[in-house]
Amino acid sequence: MIVQDAKGSRHATTTSRPDFQIIAKTLDQAKHEELAMELTINDTSYEVQSDGETPLLWVIRDELGLTGTKFGCGLAQCGACSVLVDGVVTRSCVTPLASVVGGRITTIEAIEEDEIGKRVVEAWVDHQVPQCGYCQSGQVMAATSLLKENANPNDDEIAAAMTNLCRCGTYNAISAAIRDLAGETKEG
Amino acid sequence: MLDTKNLERGDLASPTPTNISRRGFLLATAGVTAGALVLSVGLPAAPARAQQAGMAPGTRVPAFLEIRPDNTIRFLSPFNEGGQGIFTAMAQIVGEELDADPAAFLVENAPAGEDYKVMGAPFGRVTGGSMSVRSSFDVMRRLGALARQMLLQAAASRLEVPLGELATEPGQVVHAASGRKVSYGDLSETAMDLPVPDPDSVTLKKQEDFSWIGKPVARLDVRDKSTGRAVYAIDVKVDGMLHAAVQHAPRLGLTAGHIRNEDTVRGMTGVHSVHTLDGAVAVVAERWWNAKRAVEALQVEWSDPGAQGTDKRYMPADFSTAAFRERLANEPGEGKVAEEEGDAASVLQKAENVVEATYFSQFLHHAQLEPPSTVARFNDDGTLDIWLPNQAPEQFQANIAKVAGIEAAKVNVHSPILGGFFGRHFLYPEANPYPQAIKLARDVGRPVKVIWSREEEFLRDPMRPMAAVRMRASLDEQGMPQALDIVSACEGPTEAVFGHNPDKVDPTAVEGLTGKAYAIPNRRISQIYVKNHTTIAYWRSVGNSMNDFLYEAFLDELADKGNIDPLELRMRLLKGNQRLSTLLQHVVDLSGGWKRGPFDAEDGTKRARGIAMASPFGSHTAAIAEVSIREGQVVVHDIWESIDPGSIVNPAIIGAQINSAAALGTSQALLEDTVYEKGEPQARNYDLYPILRPDQMPRVHVGIVESGEKMGGIGEPGLPAVPPAITNAVSHLTGKRVRSMPLSKLTFDA
Ligand code: FES
Ligand code: FES
Repeated sequence: MIVQDAKGSRHATTTSRPDFQIIAKTLDQAKHEELAMELTINDTSYEVQSDGETPLLWVIRDELGLTGTKFGCGLAQCGACSVLVDGVVTRSCVTPLASVVGGRITTIEAIEEDEIGKRVVEAWVDHQVPQCGYCQSGQVMAATSLLKENANPNDDEIAAAMTNLCRCGTYNAISAAIRDLAGETKEG
Repeated sequence: MLDTKNLERGDLASPTPTNISRRGFLLATAGVTAGALVLSVGLPAAPARAQQAGMAPGTRVPAFLEIRPDNTIRFLSPFNEGGQGIFTAMAQIVGEELDADPAAFLVENAPAGEDYKVMGAPFGRVTGGSMSVRSSFDVMRRLGALARQMLLQAAASRLEVPLGELATEPGQVVHAASGRKVSYGDLSETAMDLPVPDPDSVTLKKQEDFSWIGKPVARLDVRDKSTGRAVYAIDVKVDGMLHAAVQHAPRLGLTAGHIRNEDTVRGMTGVHSVHTLDGAVAVVAERWWNAKRAVEALQVEWSDPGAQGTDKRYMPADFSTAAFRERLANEPGEGKVAEEEGDAASVLQKAENVVEATYFSQFLHHAQLEPPSTVARFNDDGTLDIWLPNQAPEQFQANIAKVAGIEAAKVNVHSPILGGFFGRHFLYPEANPYPQAIKLARDVGRPVKVIWSREEEFLRDPMRPMAAVRMRASLDEQGMPQALDIVSACEGPTEAVFGHNPDKVDPTAVEGLTGKAYAIPNRRISQIYVKNHTTIAYWRSVGNSMNDFLYEAFLDELADKGNIDPLELRMRLLKGNQRLSTLLQHVVDLSGGWKRGPFDAEDGTKRARGIAMASPFGSHTAAIAEVSIREGQVVVHDIWESIDPGSIVNPAIIGAQINSAAALGTSQALLEDTVYEKGEPQARNYDLYPILRPDQMPRVHVGIVESGEKMGGIGEPGLPAVPPAITNAVSHLTGKRVRSMPLSKLTFDA
């Protein structure tokens, strides 16, 4: 349960669903929640007020108003909330704010400023990938992360990296788009 | 579709947006804009042209179209976009007769209003039943033609030439004699002030003259959806808004009593207030995350008044899906007849070779990726602006008015694009968050956005029905089916939502058992109504989502009993039916010829193929699936599916929709099952309710047959043939007859 002190500051919480591992040291600092934290998102520094346990997703969406990153499950199941932290795809719904202070965060809003991200978007348009589109911010982030790490993934590597869910079933279009990009890299 | 070019943040934040032109209702009412973080636009959907009263829905041109000086065309669509491509299809259809490139269109969902009820009675206007295009095709073409006529009239007076000397090219009027051209954007202001011509005065194009209809026109929304710019209901934000999260009663019908730790929770970070709602508690906070943490911490004493004998559903504490399934299977009676031909009862009585089996369908979640949400804002003038995912704006408007206790005309319904729907966003009792948002907004005196967490959604998501279906059939000496008796114990979604009529069969309970084209001379198809404790909903392809599985799987059972190959049996039963024989042959050819197996694949696996057909929503489909078994579980490698929708608007969208429907059909067949124990669903998120993952997705090969028959639907028809094609392949491969889904609950060795 929640324990509060007189000022209403939270000391410790557990929920029925412990969602995420808290990075203890950083969190300790962050618990002094009046202490604003600095976040670097899309090459801009933001001072944020949320406490350190808040999932990055909700800081991005509610505090910074960047709503391109989506909420689907809150449980690291679907990948709709994927962002890049230092270039690596990360499910922001289970990523405590305190754990990414000092990291470089990229959200879908800045994806076209990334050279690889821009090519991913073009491939998505060429292959007419999205249907409802709700999962696609996350899919584009996951594909960008994969191609940053491995410019020429084979089918197994694509399958291993692209695990985000899509209820509209755009999976075949997604892998076709990535195969195209892998081919592009090969030639170039 | 989503355009930010002229939407400055400041415009949106101000109550009366400055960028609204004289006829700017278009911009103001749709409630969908992109990129912008603040949406506080809220003009009522005022009819544009008061002087022309009594116009038929779909004819008042200025209510639908605004052509801007830059020649972009804002179009208010009667139907909402949720991935099925309707905004693009509408732009193709209207653009065709308007003579404007669909790529110039910016499409939004229209507000509630008589003008948009283009489907006619009884639907008026809903996005569902795969009806959008086929129900409005002629009306929307005529709308485009009327707009073109008005532009021509405006050009005739502008250029001072007779209208007969004018023609159009995409986006402009041309006077060939003088070589002069005027863009639609230049003419629009004048044109939209003209009275709309008599709808019968315009002639529509011939099919052979189509420039865009029938072509794989690129979708208008893919770029915004690939870059995070598309705005869904969950993204809407208005000035001064607070966030709310809810904790629902664990069972329907329970009410919130004392909250033990209310004071403590009220003191938690960011918490504004704690509320008791109908069957739920809520926390309102500055941020949704704080609201969620707090509401989950609430220790609520739920009280159980028992069934109240009202229309409201009550979930008893001892309810389990396992027990309900048994009940359905053993429900006595022969049911009410939905379809009858010949005399099945006496043929069956005399027959020597009778096959009998009970088949089951399971409860399913919609599991659309966007969780439900609603933003409600009461305005000083007594109006209510409300943003919510919905498939039926007028129905929602009427209900919201009732809940809020104000006139419908004072409710401005904004319907942003949908993050998937599959039937989820109709009006379902207990299953929409808007009553909560309305009450909270009123209580706190500020706009409120309610978001349901995935866990709260899976607790209140209404179910695709469960059915137990008793099948009996007799075979003649050649092994051909002579009589078929089907009794389905099931509550259909239509009677569940709109009320059960004891004298009638719910067609949506039995579609797919009824309406099959196979020539079985004696048939009796019936339904036994069994009311559910769960709420029940439409789910992509509705009754067909389960019934074509139940029927087509049993048909394979009959084929095996009668020693006839299942393709051969279907061909014989369709003898003389040119359209469906052609379609069946088409999918066989698409798959490289019928190869039932089992056979050894190159990768060393043993595989088999299954075949099935369905005729849902005015279209016809045939599917073949290839499967193998890996570690006791089914792998679907390939699906070949051919569809004959009569005539087509966009083959690329059809291809995408068949892929999408095949994915959902495969997901249902392999994985999905909503299980209740002790009155509660056991899965509250995707961890325990798995949906199809990318590595489980089969390759999908799509065939389109354009027979030229009456136009059918596209979004749903691809689904129903897929589950039986898969299970028929599995039954054949493993020798174990599959009579229920999902296959993950069964183990196989092969
Ligand atoms: S919302 Fe983060 S993984 Fe689903
Ligand atoms: S496009 Fe709809 S969930 Fe992926």
